[in-house]
Amino acid sequence: MKVKSEKDFWSGLMFVVAGTGFAWGATNYSFGSAARPGPAYFPFGLGVILAVLGAIILFKALVVETEGGDRIGGIAWKPLGIIVGSVVLFGFMLPLLGMVIALPLLVLTAALAGDEFHIGEALINGVVLTVASYGMFIKGLGLIIPVWPSFIG
Amino acid sequence: MEEMFSNLGLGLSVAFSLQNLLYAFFGAVLGTLIGVLPGLGPVATIAMLLPSVYALDTTPALIMLAGIYYGAQYGGSTTAILINVPGEASAVVTAIDGYQMARKGRAGAALSVAALGSFFAGCVATLVIAAFAPPLTELAFKFGPAEYFSLMVLGLIGAVVLASGSLIKAIAMIILGLLLGQINTDVISGVPRYSFDIPELTDGIGFVAIAMGVFGFGEIIMNLGRPAEQREVFTKGVKGLWPTMQDFREAWPSVLRGTALGSILGVLPGGGALLSSFASYTVEKKLTKNPRVPFGQGAIQGVAGPESANNAGSQASFIPMLTLGIPPNAVMALMVGAMTIKGIQPGPQVMTSNPDLFWGLIASMWIGNAMLVILNLPLIGIWVKLLTVPYRFLFPAIVVFCAIGLYTLNNNSWDIFMAAGFAIIGYAFFKLGCEPAPLLLGFILGPMMEENLRRALLLSRGDWMTFMYRPLSASLLLAALALVVIVSLPAIKAKRESAFKED
Repeated sequence: MKVKSEKDFWSGLMFVVAGTGFAWGATNYSFGSAARPGPAYFPFGLGVILAVLGAIILFKALVVETEGGDRIGGIAWKPLGIIVGSVVLFGFMLPLLGMVIALPLLVLTAALAGDEFHIGEALINGVVLTVASYGMFIKGLGLIIPVWPSFIG
Repeated sequence: MEEMFSNLGLGLSVAFSLQNLLYAFFGAVLGTLIGVLPGLGPVATIAMLLPSVYALDTTPALIMLAGIYYGAQYGGSTTAILINVPGEASAVVTAIDGYQMARKGRAGAALSVAALGSFFAGCVATLVIAAFAPPLTELAFKFGPAEYFSLMVLGLIGAVVLASGSLIKAIAMIILGLLLGQINTDVISGVPRYSFDIPELTDGIGFVAIAMGVFGFGEIIMNLGRPAEQREVFTKGVKGLWPTMQDFREAWPSVLRGTALGSILGVLPGGGALLSSFASYTVEKKLTKNPRVPFGQGAIQGVAGPESANNAGSQASFIPMLTLGIPPNAVMALMVGAMTIKGIQPGPQVMTSNPDLFWGLIASMWIGNAMLVILNLPLIGIWVKLLTVPYRFLFPAIVVFCAIGLYTLNNNSWDIFMAAGFAIIGYAFFKLGCEPAPLLLGFILGPMMEENLRRALLLSRGDWMTFMYRPLSASLLLAALALVVIVSLPAIKAKRESAFKED
């Protein structure tokens, strides 16, 4: 059988897997009865509905013709990896190194995701954003964020 | 009637305090700013600012968020007219005739008609909210759990039938959102669900983490994945700010019609700015006899009508959120999130328990609209300059503000990691053609829906027919069913699909 719509095929599959997962997970909790619904009642029902909807989408993706096969197209691995990676790195670095180091680092690493990267511009952007964030979040809103590395402060 | 004015009076006294004026102003400016910048919408911005809500009082915080929302409508139309890039989805139709007017050197007339029409619509919509909120609230108090459940079904269905894209995928996204909302500790039995023994998950996934991950980070990845677009800017042409008398004569009937249309459609679940502006353009095209300039070539009616409609619609969409606690669109879902952060359960009781907040917010919309007119007409030149800020400076800034905001939610990095995960999921949604807004609505309503469903079943001793026996609940469910059927009819389906094939 040939896939007629790539997007629908994968999204249908995603819904089936998510629905089945939630419904299966719900079996760990008490189902209750209709008169006294337990914690599993609602998520189990929803999970089943989602899996059914996913199956319908999947079925349509295999049967109904679409123009050009509804291709997903290339995945932007570079921005995806860099943005997610730099954010995760920031999550680890902020409590250790504080805002003064972690934040410019985040700007520099995130900027790599763009088409044009100029180290000078990225550095200036990093300094400006760090100063602005310090003014806005620490001074202005009084939020508690580690500013200096933990081994100094 | 008298009560309405005394209520508005209370609201004005709240909104006119220096602090609230400042936040309304700040919100309106920020909203205009992000409306002008393509690739940064009100949803992402409000999500970005949600953590700061912790540090503010509730009323100024909500006034600011509301200002961002309607400010973005203004800013979005400015770029639609000047450079044919709608900053907001609701400005897509404005671009059709507005850009043509600009090309003929009449950008000033288009911009001021858009601003004045929006201001008029905003004033009327404020009165509409003030007039309709109390009776709707009274009705809401008559609602039992069964009615609430059915209302939420209608609200969720309404929100997707008017959205673009595949209907069945949108419904699946709602259910996925509802399921993500099930990751929490069950309120009735106290059992942690789907937590995998991770303590952070027993409190549920942070709403901000999902919103920022999908709409903040996810959109950046999506934008960077596209080739840089070529833009054609001609800012020199903005001369002669004021429209002529003839322009006024031609525009005012369209403004009136657009305002009426937006006020009605905005109240409907799933309505709001986008639907109102599309509907208004269609109406203007049908009703305007022998326009001086044909539609599509710079007809002033094609700017005045949709612009008034989208502003009226965006304000009227506050009605279901404020009176019933049901968000009709993603921005309102974020407002509900903001209220919950401040410990206010949105719903009919807000008006009686927090009258300052309720009426202050409504009055601030009127003030904010006035500010926008004053602000926008002279500042158009500056807004257009903003467009020259390259995206390579903008996106790291968005990443930074999101990341800091996420950290401050609980003063640890957990939410940063969650948002990073949702960035991947959000990008996958985009690639698979699944719209994320219904997911967010489902996520917000999930716990409320479950509670009402289970309470309704408890009350009826397990009889599912309770939803059909109670007349109010039955009519709400039937309305939801009717919506699905109507949209699935072949003739309407084709029209709906072509209506959203704008870009």
